[in-house]
Amino acid sequence: MPMSYFIGLSVVMFAMGILGVLLRRNPLVVFMSLELMFNSANLLFVAFSAYHQVLDGQLFVFFVMTTAAAEVAVGLALIVAVFKAKRTIDLDQMSSLKG
Amino acid sequence: MSLNEIASLHPFFQLAPLVVFLPVLGLLINLLVGKRLGEKGIGAVASLATGGAFVVAVLLAVGLAQVSEGGTLTLANWITLGDLGVSWSFRIDTLSVLMMLVVSGVGTLIHIYSIGYMHSDVRHNEDPGRFRRFFVYLNLFIAFMMVLVSSDNFLMLFVGWEGVGLCSYLLIGFWFEKGADGIGNARAAKKAFVVNRIGDFGLLIALFLLFYNFGTLNFAEIFEKAPAVAAAAPGAIMAITLFMLLGVTGKSAQLPLFVWLPDAMAGPTPVSALIHAATMVTAGVYLVARSQALYFEVPAAQNVVMWVGALTAFFAATIAVGQNDIKKVLAYSTISQLGFMVTVVGMGATVAGMFHLTTQAFFKALLFLGAGSVILGVEHGHAHAHAKAGEHGHDSFDPQDMREMGGLRKRMPLTFTVYLLGGLSMAGIAPLAGFFSKDEILAAASEKSIAVYVLLTAAAFLTAFYVGRQLVMVFFGKPRSDASEKAAESPLLVTLPLIILALLAVFGGALNLPGSHLLETWLEHSLPETAPGQFVLPVALISLGIALLGLLLAWLVYGRKPIFEKGQPDPLRRPLNGLFKALENKWWVDELYHAVIVRPYQSIAQFSAGAVDQGVIDGVVNGMGSLVRSGAKWWRRFQNGYIRSYALTIVFGVVLVITYLVLR
Repeated sequence: MPMSYFIGLSVVMFAMGILGVLLRRNPLVVFMSLELMFNSANLLFVAFSAYHQVLDGQLFVFFVMTTAAAEVAVGLALIVAVFKAKRTIDLDQMSSLKG
Repeated sequence: MSLNEIASLHPFFQLAPLVVFLPVLGLLINLLVGKRLGEKGIGAVASLATGGAFVVAVLLAVGLAQVSEGGTLTLANWITLGDLGVSWSFRIDTLSVLMMLVVSGVGTLIHIYSIGYMHSDVRHNEDPGRFRRFFVYLNLFIAFMMVLVSSDNFLMLFVGWEGVGLCSYLLIGFWFEKGADGIGNARAAKKAFVVNRIGDFGLLIALFLLFYNFGTLNFAEIFEKAPAVAAAAPGAIMAITLFMLLGVTGKSAQLPLFVWLPDAMAGPTPVSALIHAATMVTAGVYLVARSQALYFEVPAAQNVVMWVGALTAFFAATIAVGQNDIKKVLAYSTISQLGFMVTVVGMGATVAGMFHLTTQAFFKALLFLGAGSVILGVEHGHAHAHAKAGEHGHDSFDPQDMREMGGLRKRMPLTFTVYLLGGLSMAGIAPLAGFFSKDEILAAASEKSIAVYVLLTAAAFLTAFYVGRQLVMVFFGKPRSDASEKAAESPLLVTLPLIILALLAVFGGALNLPGSHLLETWLEHSLPETAPGQFVLPVALISLGIALLGLLLAWLVYGRKPIFEKGQPDPLRRPLNGLFKALENKWWVDELYHAVIVRPYQSIAQFSAGAVDQGVIDGVVNGMGSLVRSGAKWWRRFQNGYIRSYALTIVFGVVLVITYLVLR
């Protein structure tokens, strides 16, 4: 398959991720959109790694996946804590830190 | 100084630091355990400390009699900074030891007197707790005065100079909550301090110039280099000596900075005697005497010093004639006598100046202490008279007003006798001490400048006149108030120092009798060049005649008829009219200074505080503050708390950065 397919898919996934983060109000969906953006980047790493015949890209993907997992763990804990305090997890309700 | 050099000093000279440390020890004892000692104990400790300093000074004098060139004892290095090296070192020579003897000798007598005087004074002012504080201050003063006179360099001298100024301030304001409007005394203390500060500023500039031109502040090195520097930069020496003169006019109360001394009489009487008559105010004379080597290089500066002194001597004597407060008369007479000394050291006749300094310390301390005894007696009489009448509380009675006195000769015979001797000595009646010292000054003046001689002789005449006036008003005639009618002689503790001082005031002239010149030979080891004092018979006869004439005139005006009754104007007021009013009001010098200096100064301060400080400086600071505030107000709109708008900002930022990276 030509390289441009991978790049194109990756761009589409990244754009969907951005739109999801910017537009959705449910933090769970926002997290999923974030994961989408990670995975678009991971896709590119793997594709270029295969294309150039080096392992570096594939190695990096594991780091990204580990970090993302840790980050999600923290994020979900935060969401639970916020829900306990405010009885809602609507992102637009969480604006008390404004200037 | 190496160990060798110390060992080579005369054994007595190694005691020199004790003249400072004994008074310090005394004040520490009183400060720490004084409360338990009681009044007698406090007084004894303070007097013994000062008396100890006197004994040390006597030992130094004995040492000097054997090793007349003296020596220097270095205690510690103080400042070592590049070329500047200043140490705490004591200079033992005939001049400094003479000052030590005067300060500690007269000081000891005044300490003893103060035990009796302050015993009554603290009770009269209703705060016996301050008895201890008084003696702590007094010892502190002696210590600083000793630092001043024993110093080996100008900086250590300056430490003493400022220290005695501080003590003067503390003691003038000793009853700081008393006086006119409850702040009169505090105001007098502040005035003394501020006026002295002007003088000290001059001295400080002189010190800077000295270091700049000589590279050292050590006496011996400076005086050695003086001729060379004078040849290279005559203007510098001129400036140094004139700025030094400014310091002298402040500390020794000369024109134009004399205004603080009369107000300084707000302090307790022993303070007036010790600090404001006998010792501290003579520091200026000592400074000029010590720096003779510099003054010899610039005759113009010498002339300025001479004229300042002569004008002060005459000017202050005129004011003394018109005063009614027993201590104010003495204050102006002190200024006048200091004028005599400054004149004569300005002429280069240092020995005559130091001679008069010494005798003046005797008779002026005697007069002030005598005045204190009179005040005690009158206060006692006042309390006695009013206790009988059943009155209470303090009224407007002023125990220092000579118009309320009179007839005290019979009530206080001992005080009268010693006061008479002191007065006659100051008036210059032969053969009392004042006659010889004043005569030496007049003889020197008659050779140097006839105008100065005439001025000083006129001042001497006025001196005799106001002394006569005071004696008549206080001691002769009939009592003019209940208080003076009931006045009582002071206790022995008060009168004993008076008797000793009276003996000194009578026989002090023996120090430098024409013919023997004891002081002359004593001092010639420390002074650059001393012309032998002259005894000019016509001058002596004229000064004696003038003194007798002044006393006689005072008797004719004030003593012939029963003196004016209470409330009647001064007999001089009618013949002199406006002139007497000017004298009574001290030539309006205070008012003049107030209008010319204080008021404009206050309005400048007002302007600086209002327009400059609150307007400009605060305006800049506040402007910065509100600028940041309004900037922040605008920026805070971006922090709206919505996570999605932050994310959008980040996306925009990333897009911008990437666009830049791609397109550049």
